[in-house]
Amino acid sequence: MAGTAVLGRLTWRAGTVASVRDETATARTIVLTVPGWPGHSAGQHVDVRLTAADGYSAQRSYSIASGPAGDQVELTVQRLADGEVSPYLAQVLAAGDPLELRGPIGGWFVWEPAPAPVLLVAGGSGIVPLMAMIRTRAAAGTQSPFRLVYSVRGPQDALYAAELAERQSRDDGLHVAYVYTRSTPAGWPVPPGRIGAGMLTAPGWAPGQHPAVFVCGPTGFVETAADLLVSAGHDPRSIKTERFGPSGGRS
Amino acid sequence: MGIVSPGFTGRRRPGGEDLPPGQYLVTDFPVLSAGPTPRVDLASWEFRVTTETGQAQAWDWSSFRALPSEQITVDLHCVTKWSKLRTPWRGVSLDTLLADVETAAEFALARSYGGYTTNLPLEDLLGGQAWIAYEYDGAPLGAEHGGPARLLVPHLYLWKSAKWLTGIDLLTEDEPGFWETLGYHNYGDPWQEQRYWGD
Repeated sequence: MAGTAVLGRLTWRAGTVASVRDETATARTIVLTVPGWPGHSAGQHVDVRLTAADGYSAQRSYSIASGPAGDQVELTVQRLADGEVSPYLAQVLAAGDPLELRGPIGGWFVWEPAPAPVLLVAGGSGIVPLMAMIRTRAAAGTQSPFRLVYSVRGPQDALYAAELAERQSRDDGLHVAYVYTRSTPAGWPVPPGRIGAGMLTAPGWAPGQHPAVFVCGPTGFVETAADLLVSAGHDPRSIKTERFGPSGGRS
Repeated sequence: MGIVSPGFTGRRRPGGEDLPPGQYLVTDFPVLSAGPTPRVDLASWEFRVTTETGQAQAWDWSSFRALPSEQITVDLHCVTKWSKLRTPWRGVSLDTLLADVETAAEFALARSYGGYTTNLPLEDLLGGQAWIAYEYDGAPLGAEHGGPARLLVPHLYLWKSAKWLTGIDLLTEDEPGFWETLGYHNYGDPWQEQRYWGD
């Protein structure tokens, strides 16, 4: 298996918040400048460490949202109501603040620019590492056909909606399909509902064409989507998953 | 001490439970796997120990379940930072499974249905430190948590506790497994915070 493993020791780096921007009512993107950043592959994550004045510290992992951009790294953090770290990152942290991180981490759930077709399946904030793949694809100028199936509760919960619409409108081989589980936009042709087999087997994406498949989201969503893909005939070895628990994975 | 995060106070644990560095406590049971969950049929399930000389000893489900089992309650530490305390399992000790195996090997490679592998020193599987678990909290182990049976090596990060276990190869040379090849620490002691290469 080709991998982009980390090499050598992963030291903590001092990043600085260049800017923040709200993506939804509960999710914020943090743009960091990280001197000496070695670059990353789409799909990788970083460990973030917060330290209180008395020395107490807490670590969490967050997926990188951005494509290659020198010493800049973007994280998108979904604020969890009962979280310890995410409320700080999504509400308190401001431009000019320091933020310690180490990475990039992970050599499995990664996409390197290649011509083969790609199927991305996102549940909620599971879009973040998949967005890094979409942005990396654009930055590399590759024409590999990308199809994103993005499941969200309602239109107001969709991250990067404007950017995805703009990228799709350029019609360069990226196709985006939304699945709304609780509420739909006005005039949406189907009622809200969970992801189904038909949404994952659009024309041109037959298992025989061997798309690389990346599925990311909450555990239940990933289990459902991965099972549907295997049932549809995709080789389990072609399906890479990243799960986060209901309260455990990325709080 | 790291750089102070302005305005961060954090949430200290009441009672001061001792967790490995960098870990936080959860009460649910997160699932992390690299691919789809394999569905393993008990009728064809097999667990096989293969030594460095190629000798093999295998159990089907009924012969495995006929082995003496133990109730164990252990703390789990995942490299993604969550820890879960006092988790109740039932399983067969590796001391039982390896009792009659003739080997001079020092290393082990656990193999799973679906292709996952993880490596660890053989001595970490012995001495009451490791089990093949098939029940969690009094019920058959669910597929998403590694059922029908998974390795349970709670003194190492949880990726060493291979889900959907089907074999252990005993080796004279260490052979890095799936995550160990992809940047994660070869040994994975949570108390030493051995998460990644070089830690």
